[in-house]
Amino acid sequence: MGSFLEDVNRQINGVDLQNCYHCQKCSSGCPMAAAMDFKPNEIIRMVQMGQRDLLLRSSAIWLCASCETCVTRCPNAVDIPRMIDILRVMSLNAGVVPHDREVIQFHESFLGTVKRGGRVNEPIMIATYKLKTGTYFKDVGVGLKMFLKGKLSLFSPRTKNRKAIRRIFSSTAKS
Amino acid sequence: MDYSYYPGCSLHSTGKEYGESVEVVSRALGLKLHELDDWSCCGATSAHSTNFELSVALPARNLAIAEKRGLDLMIPCAACYNRFKSAQHSLAQDSDLKNSISKSLDDDYSGSAVIRSPIDIFHQDVGLEALEEKVVKKLKGLKPVSYYGCLWLRPPEICGFDDTENPVMLDEMLTSLGAESRNWSFKTDCCGGSLTISKTELVENMVNRLMRMAREAGANCLVTACPLCMANLDMRAHEDVQLPTFYFTELIALAMGLEGPENWLGLHNIDPLPLIKSLKLL
Repeated sequence: MGSFLEDVNRQINGVDLQNCYHCQKCSSGCPMAAAMDFKPNEIIRMVQMGQRDLLLRSSAIWLCASCETCVTRCPNAVDIPRMIDILRVMSLNAGVVPHDREVIQFHESFLGTVKRGGRVNEPIMIATYKLKTGTYFKDVGVGLKMFLKGKLSLFSPRTKNRKAIRRIFSSTAKS
Repeated sequence: MDYSYYPGCSLHSTGKEYGESVEVVSRALGLKLHELDDWSCCGATSAHSTNFELSVALPARNLAIAEKRGLDLMIPCAACYNRFKSAQHSLAQDSDLKNSISKSLDDDYSGSAVIRSPIDIFHQDVGLEALEEKVVKKLKGLKPVSYYGCLWLRPPEICGFDDTENPVMLDEMLTSLGAESRNWSFKTDCCGGSLTISKTELVENMVNRLMRMAREAGANCLVTACPLCMANLDMRAHEDVQLPTFYFTELIALAMGLEGPENWLGLHNIDPLPLIKSLKLL
């Protein structure tokens, strides 16, 4: 097994992170930078310096909104959103409990309904999320309003061939 | 003109007025949509944030279904569009990935599907002149800013939209409908996307800023082509800055005098009807 940097570069499978010369264009245009504990170019530097544990525990990797502004503007075409997705998966595999656990709980709730029905069932997804996080009363007003307008149907159509969906989930599952 | 059609999950629930208006407008413009047989979810942000292979395989299943018919594939949701385009790109770049993903699919995947947005189809295939000819009620007095968001546009080499930093297709269509489209610098800023549930406060700040900037540009409404942007703009803006947001297809239907807008607009959280009625558009 190579270094942390080599590992991340191999998974990016494109432009290596050493190409970043820290012009900070990514961090300047990032809509989430102000809320992050480490800014996008700092994350790159930390990967370069092998600061694995600190990064996998960071809140920044879960706050990235995947808007892709950074990679679009990067003069060296460094794929920062892909790097962040790789760090997220590493963090999950390492079993790290991050500060922003609710972001992960949202993803789990979302993918859970896809796995079961082939499509997202929004009311069930939100109910699962609330059970996981204990945020029972948040957004109740707006949720009720949408429900009354018929925008949150409990019986939205599902994919018929659910065997095909289960096969996709099992064949891409991480050991 | 015939197209395959992938509505995606949101267009059956939180974005149902978008789904209905896309279908009604397409029909009225002479486009025949063929919904993909037994389609499934694209995986959205949640898949690519937690499992790269899954985020490629979920769209690949739908792409393989679309390939069988061979028609251009219309995807009205920006998030689905982005996931489909990204998956197709990753599979074209990496033959090992293509081999392993193909094994988990029922249908053969070749990568031949042409993935398109309704913005591009209405603008390019129908055309602005043909659109303008169908207008029976000009949207006079409506001053929209076009809000494109992220996922139609970025990264540019994958999305292939008209211009990454200053897209104009929506603006041009709105002008064809007789609206007084306003220019602004926040066309492609992020709304916060799926963080709306887990990081609500951050998303409120982002949306409030968009609303303030739209007001500064002299707009009386925003126009979007994404059900996630709509959900955030429509539900997360604070009362003192709120402006109504429309799906571009709702406004096309309104200008063409089609059935539906009154029902669709009634589904919005920030009520757009006072504005529309004050301009005598309904």
